[in-house]
Amino acid sequence: MSTAIELRGVEKTFGITSVIRNVNLSVAQGERHALIGPNGAGKSTLFNLISGYMKPSVGSILLRDEVISGLPPFQINRRGLSRSFQVTNVFAKMTVWENLRCAVLWATGHRYAFWKNVDNLPEVRDRTAQILQDINLVSRRDVPAGLLTYAEQRALEIGITIAGGADVILLDEPTAGMSHAETERAVALIRRLTEGRTLLIVEHDMSVVFGLADRISVLVYGQIIASGTPEEIRGNPKVKEAYLGEEVA
Amino acid sequence: MSDATATIAPPRPAASDRLKFYGIWIATALVLLVLPKLFSSGGSLTTFSLIGISIIFSLSYNILLGQTGMLSFGHAVYYGLGGFLAIHAINIIAKNKFAIPLPLVPLVGGAAGLLFAMLLGWVSTRRSGTAFAMISLGVAELVASSALILRTFFGGEAGVSANRTKVLRLFDWSFGPQIQIYYLVAAWTLIAVIAMYALTRTPLGRMCNAVRDNPERVQFVGYDPHIIRYIAFCFSGLFAGIAGALAAINFEIANSAYLGAVQSGTVLFATYIGGVGFFIGPIVGAIFVTLLSLGLSDLTQVWQLYFGLIFIAVVMFAPGGITGLLMMHRPLLKGGTLSRVLPSYLLAFIPTLAMVTGLMLAIETIVHYTVNPNEDSHIKAFGVPFDAANPAIWAVAGVLLIGGFIIARKTWARVAASWDDALTAAREKGVAA
Repeated sequence: MSTAIELRGVEKTFGITSVIRNVNLSVAQGERHALIGPNGAGKSTLFNLISGYMKPSVGSILLRDEVISGLPPFQINRRGLSRSFQVTNVFAKMTVWENLRCAVLWATGHRYAFWKNVDNLPEVRDRTAQILQDINLVSRRDVPAGLLTYAEQRALEIGITIAGGADVILLDEPTAGMSHAETERAVALIRRLTEGRTLLIVEHDMSVVFGLADRISVLVYGQIIASGTPEEIRGNPKVKEAYLGEEVA
Repeated sequence: MSDATATIAPPRPAASDRLKFYGIWIATALVLLVLPKLFSSGGSLTTFSLIGISIIFSLSYNILLGQTGMLSFGHAVYYGLGGFLAIHAINIIAKNKFAIPLPLVPLVGGAAGLLFAMLLGWVSTRRSGTAFAMISLGVAELVASSALILRTFFGGEAGVSANRTKVLRLFDWSFGPQIQIYYLVAAWTLIAVIAMYALTRTPLGRMCNAVRDNPERVQFVGYDPHIIRYIAFCFSGLFAGIAGALAAINFEIANSAYLGAVQSGTVLFATYIGGVGFFIGPIVGAIFVTLLSLGLSDLTQVWQLYFGLIFIAVVMFAPGGITGLLMMHRPLLKGGTLSRVLPSYLLAFIPTLAMVTGLMLAIETIVHYTVNPNEDSHIKAFGVPFDAANPAIWAVAGVLLIGGFIIARKTWARVAASWDDALTAAREKGVAA
């Protein structure tokens, strides 16, 4: 199987603080890979590095064997990598429909067009409608995103992330702050929407992680201390000691 | 288009909606056509022309502020440069007898605005927010001061003048009389408004809104926010240039005031007072501010002070501008509960008016003592004569101001309460806010 994302000796320092230390990680095409670790381990920083929000201090990041580290976020996105945010990051004053449509426009090739009526683009309408249905927000279509409930905003966040059709998806704590029922629904949604795509997910909820992931990597103090299948991670003494504790027993 | 889309996507406008939409534009064109028949005096024709110019300028400004979230303190640069280029174009056309009629000259202004926006905008649009605002201010100062230094192009203090009747005549119109200028401005206003409205309905226009709401997220759906801001800035410059050219044609002169901070401030005022959240807002603002500045300057010598007070009041109490205030009432109108708030408005109006009257009386009295202390104290403000030296007047001002405020506060609370009632009632009838 070919690799979707590969990190080679990636380091990130802020001043003298080293946040990511010599991380090597490889995610295969079509794999669901979870990244876990205690708070402050550098999971979100790693996402920021992969998605181009930050540049690594040392090392390189490859997307399908092409170096992407150093590229701005929008160019990485155009190459087929899309991410969500831990803190909901939507277009608050625009409606749900418009939010999703914004995420579809570049991928459908309309770019900076100022000579086309945005309401008259059939493929944009089709795709936006499809995503809207996928994330179960059809009834909230015309509501400004800022007025949605928290769980709905999280669903929209995932919708925006996948709408462009990227085949490598990064989700940063998609179920954080959700009730148990909401989490179950969100996981089903994620499972369905990332079918056939590569998923890298940061998650704190261990039932989500072990239910969803094909492989798991554990990040502690900016270093990956273990990488493997859920069974391997469960049985790894180093992981137990550093992070999982009694939780997985 | 798939069947699923038809049920999920927002419905396409029905034939009746389209008819209504085009009907509005046609009705606007007709109104513009017959307006001079109703108000035919030279003064009102000039006022209409100024309003048209101000509408184009304010709408071009709102491409930045309302639609893309960029606060510019130097938008007059593109307006002014459009004006200067238009004046020079008229002179060159007249001198060389080029076959270019006057109605095409605004294109020169638009091209100038576009060109300078393309040149000056690349760096400033890298960031929005404070950095953009500061750079726009710096560029504005730079251009405004060059206007006084580069005399051959800008004509120094006096500016550059032209005779608009000397260019090629079209249909035997000399464009000397104000009525012909009115029609020229009206036609260009309609074209520019339609073009700027259409722009909001394009993929670029939608992404401008996205950049306004969340420039960070835009980067993660494939767009470079810098490019979006830059293109928006260029369009804004284009239409500002057209407005400047029309102003130059109207006055037959362009001078450094076109480029200055006052002009940049006025367009910000007009746009904000009108309301940046709606396409129609800047149009309302342009009409309101133009009429107000023409009207107030006849009534009081400190009209700019009142202007500032109105601006502060809008920023503090009605951040959505006049249009925002009106649009707030839409759910009440739909729910049929508007009549519940109207009595409280009437009740609040009286003490508020008393408070404002007291404030105006106090301002005019103070102005008399600080600006013209040695002149006759029998002054006239807003057409009302009074004696600024009379302690009774001071007392009246004080009582109106303080008493009005105390009572008005209570009535404002009542407005808020009845407003909540009306909105709740409207929501119960199933009207979305």
